[in-house]
Amino acid sequence: MTPILEVKGVTKRFGGLTANDDISFDVAEGEILSVIGPNGAGKSTLFKLIASFLKTTSGEVRFKGRVISDLAPHKVARMGVVRTFQETTIFRSMTVRENVIVAHHLRSKASLLGFFLGTRQARADEAEFGASADDIIAFLGLQPIAEELASNLPQGHLRALSMAIGLATDPKVLLLDEPFAGMNHDETMRMVALVRRLRDERGVTVLLVEHDMPAVMKISDRIVVINFGQKIAEGTPAEIQANEKVIEAYLGSEDAAIGI
Amino acid sequence: MSTSTRLAGVAAFLLAVFVLVPWAIAASGRWDFYYTLTSVALLSIASAGVWLTFYIGRINIGQGAYALVGGYVSAILMTKAGFSFWLTLPLAGLFCAGLSVLIGLPILRLRGVYFAMVTLVLTEVARLSALALPVTNGAKGITSIPLPGEVSLFGLTLIPDFATLANPKLAFYLVAALLMVLCFAALYRIVNSRLGHLCRSLQQNEELSASIGVNTAYLRVLAYSISSFFGGIAGAMFVAISQSIYPSSFQVADSVNFMLNCFLGGLGYVFGPMLGTLLLYFGWDLLFTTGRFQLLIYSSLLIVLMLVLPNGILSLLDRKGGRR
Repeated sequence: MTPILEVKGVTKRFGGLTANDDISFDVAEGEILSVIGPNGAGKSTLFKLIASFLKTTSGEVRFKGRVISDLAPHKVARMGVVRTFQETTIFRSMTVRENVIVAHHLRSKASLLGFFLGTRQARADEAEFGASADDIIAFLGLQPIAEELASNLPQGHLRALSMAIGLATDPKVLLLDEPFAGMNHDETMRMVALVRRLRDERGVTVLLVEHDMPAVMKISDRIVVINFGQKIAEGTPAEIQANEKVIEAYLGSEDAAIGI
Repeated sequence: MSTSTRLAGVAAFLLAVFVLVPWAIAASGRWDFYYTLTSVALLSIASAGVWLTFYIGRINIGQGAYALVGGYVSAILMTKAGFSFWLTLPLAGLFCAGLSVLIGLPILRLRGVYFAMVTLVLTEVARLSALALPVTNGAKGITSIPLPGEVSLFGLTLIPDFATLANPKLAFYLVAALLMVLCFAALYRIVNSRLGHLCRSLQQNEELSASIGVNTAYLRVLAYSISSFFGGIAGAMFVAISQSIYPSSFQVADSVNFMLNCFLGGLGYVFGPMLGTLLLYFGWDLLFTTGRFQLLIYSSLLIVLMLVLPNGILSLLDRKGGRR
């Protein structure tokens, strides 16, 4: 079976700085794969390259065998590779429900003119988006705050909301950038369960960048480790924990963090 | 707000604009008010365009350019090609929309103050082009433009020839008011349809917008071209009224005013630009009696208003009734 996402020899240079150096790995359909590495290792850059928000200097990214790294970001999103953000980016002055509804854009069959004129297709779309938004909100347990303005939400809910936005696009591959950042243990564990359900119940392939090692070890099927822009290891959580290069990269105090 | 109160509001507004105002003017004999109110209606159309660019998160200080271009398109088509005014009106809007696509494609990539600066320059570029191009007749401008002619369909006169009218001021007022109503209805519909929601998503976070699959470049250009369309028809209509156009007909100060109208009325409210234009226009005129202090008082008032009501005058409604 061909992998759903292939990263092939991806390199990104910013002037003299090489942020990503010849990185390759595959992602199988229905897999949860984490990309880890010390600060500044180039993880976020890699995510931006995969979602085509940045153009690769060399190398390519393929989705279902098709090169996507030279497409505009909205086209990549349309194919089903959707990125959520490191900063808790949401549409701040919309309510939770409005956020999720507007994120359904990809599914609309009516044209913008159709929406302006209020054609039958446009009204059907709106009804469908509303129903689907309610469905997603229920899935993530956000009903009590559905009519709340997004700018009023605490951190944990924002994270769930940005995931709801991602889900509304009906993604095949969801790129989660630090989904557990700024969360306490309980919140993290709830989020871990949520990501699992995403995969199990909705069949979404999940790629995540994360610092929280216990969570990464718990959630991942496989892990890719990056240091100084290069891939230094790839394998199951157990293999990664035993890998010497990885231990070296996380010298000293951080050893404990990956559970060694 | 429920649908019935909204409908009642619209009906009251239409009644005021098309019945009460003409009646009050006829009763008081202040015929000069027609000119003032016609100007307000047209300026609010141009401001509505600026408001729409604000809605996608861009500060637009270049609407004067499109008003000027729209005016010249209408004037040239009428005097050189013999077109009817009623045909040049939409053509002026469409020409501006097309032009704004060409200009918008490169400059709409800019954000914040950089976009604002470029648009500010646009107005000056339009003025200088009007001075330099042979077709615009330089500083002498285009004068003796005929009044709007008759429109008839199957021998039925839909719009009479304005030159034969006893009171063309009233006719111009009614046309301008009708245009204003149509433009704001379209704007209201845009804002409250999916198109408006996407514009809001663009205003708040362009990256996230792209990642939910919105073609941000296309949407920006679309909103900007609608905005410029409004500017173009407002300019063309002004030309029909004054029967002349000069390079100085719309200047940087006008562009700035269009923006101020939006600020004052409220950027979060579709009818903000309409209210803002009315208040600014009348406010300036009322201060006329203060002579050389006019500009000082006017500017100070504006500064105070923006400090006290940063979200515009219509935000007062929110505080009282808690509605949007």
